[in-house]
Amino acid sequence: MLLKANQIHVSYGKVKVLDGISLGIVQGELVTLLGPNGAGKSTLVKTLSGLLRSQKGTIEFDGRRVDEMEPDAIARLGLSHCTEGRSLFIDLTVADNLKLGAYMFKKDGNRVRSGLDRIYGLFPILRERAKQKAGTMSGGQQQMLAIGRALMAEPKLLILDEPSLGLAPLIIDKLFEIVKTINGEGMTVLLVEQNAFKSLEIADRGYVLESGKVVLSGSRSELYGHEDVRRAYLGI
Amino acid sequence: MELRVLLQAIVSGLLTGGVYALIGVGLNLIFGVMKIINFAHGSLLMLGMYSTYWLFTFFKIDPYLSLAITVPLLFLIGVIIQKVLINPIIEYPENNQLVLTMGVMLFLENLALFLWGPDFRTVKVSYVGTVLSLSIVRVNLLRFIAFAGGLLLALLLYIFLKKTDMGKAIRASSEEREGASVVGISVKRVHLISFGIGTACVGAAGTLMTPFFYLSPHVGHLFLLTAFMVVVMGGMGSFIGAIIGGFIIGLTESLGAVTLPGSLGQIIPFSLFVIILLFKPTGLFK
Repeated sequence: MLLKANQIHVSYGKVKVLDGISLGIVQGELVTLLGPNGAGKSTLVKTLSGLLRSQKGTIEFDGRRVDEMEPDAIARLGLSHCTEGRSLFIDLTVADNLKLGAYMFKKDGNRVRSGLDRIYGLFPILRERAKQKAGTMSGGQQQMLAIGRALMAEPKLLILDEPSLGLAPLIIDKLFEIVKTINGEGMTVLLVEQNAFKSLEIADRGYVLESGKVVLSGSRSELYGHEDVRRAYLGI
Repeated sequence: MELRVLLQAIVSGLLTGGVYALIGVGLNLIFGVMKIINFAHGSLLMLGMYSTYWLFTFFKIDPYLSLAITVPLLFLIGVIIQKVLINPIIEYPENNQLVLTMGVMLFLENLALFLWGPDFRTVKVSYVGTVLSLSIVRVNLLRFIAFAGGLLLALLLYIFLKKTDMGKAIRASSEEREGASVVGISVKRVHLISFGIGTACVGAAGTLMTPFFYLSPHVGHLFLLTAFMVVVMGGMGSFIGAIIGGFIIGLTESLGAVTLPGSLGQIIPFSLFVIILLFKPTGLFK
């Protein structure tokens, strides 16, 4: 098990946002996290990556306890979190954003350069716009940059938080194709999405979150077949 | 007004501006990265001055050469202050942080008062009073060195921020704390280094001014207000804003001093400050 979270409890002051969440991700899987707005999905992945601290519960990543660690330390262990809203360095160039993605091995020039080549190969548009400031690009391009930056760290686990937010349908299709390709090449992915339809198409397994609790979990076919999922999230 | 007087005032203002620019970029870095309003900035300048004074008095080290000691020393002091006092309250409301830095200011000033007394002190180097003549304008050598030193250090800081990995990490962290954390940048470390550098800058400015300015425990007050005017007018978070702001304040101060009697001359930089903010509340370059 690459990632194991056990009984995570998170509150913002007096408001309980995560109420005893447990989940697990096996190497190589593409797991999706579904649920309505405000269910706690972003809070959960922020807790996994260390941006937030859980009040109770444990998180294990790659065999190590990480629930007390700083987010940059967790990132260095191989967990790359592509946040909701992308968190790009908008005043820095595309190339600088990507290079900073590899900050943890900045001393290894070759590794950074080959990483850049790999990402430019995956997203050719980024090579074109390498010297442009990140803030000047379109939504879809920014999302590609965000994913590219997360991949520069050569992570073991890639967490994507609502990558399709605000994007045009055609770009969304392309995005999910890319996520599927990345996963196909062996990357373990945790995909947080409101777009249940597209996520379930590419996922192996999924969890459904509602009001801070896991209400359903199962394989893709199990979730596809489940009446509540079909009604609430697939509109069928 | 005589042309000579006007030109002299302009030159004088530019020379002062160079030092203000250095003080400004240091304060700007601290605010830009940590969003902290550092009221202790003036007192840290004072510490820079006193360090230079004691190195000169006890070890006969030339003030300009003592930069090699005072800069790392002030960097270290900045790092310690950040780690012990500021870091614990980094997530607290701005007002609380403000009060803390004010407390540091009071502590440092009164510590200096206690250790070294209230008397004004000066450092007299052998080459004090050397004046360079450029046609009708006379340039005080000490002020010129301070100006050149200030700009040089500001340039070094600029290169550091633009070209080095840590510099880019600092810039990234100031825009996007979360984004920096998730790519493996230790934002805690960035804060330490930024506060250290900001303190080193203002300490260096103090060292550069020691040969021609008096020292006292409260000398920091004079420069604190100027520092904030420079940074706010230039745009908080803008490096180039701090530089330009430094020169604008330096020039207007100097021009004010030759056009209006007594300390009425201060009206010029203050009025300009208010006018600029009326039209551009976020500062010139933001």
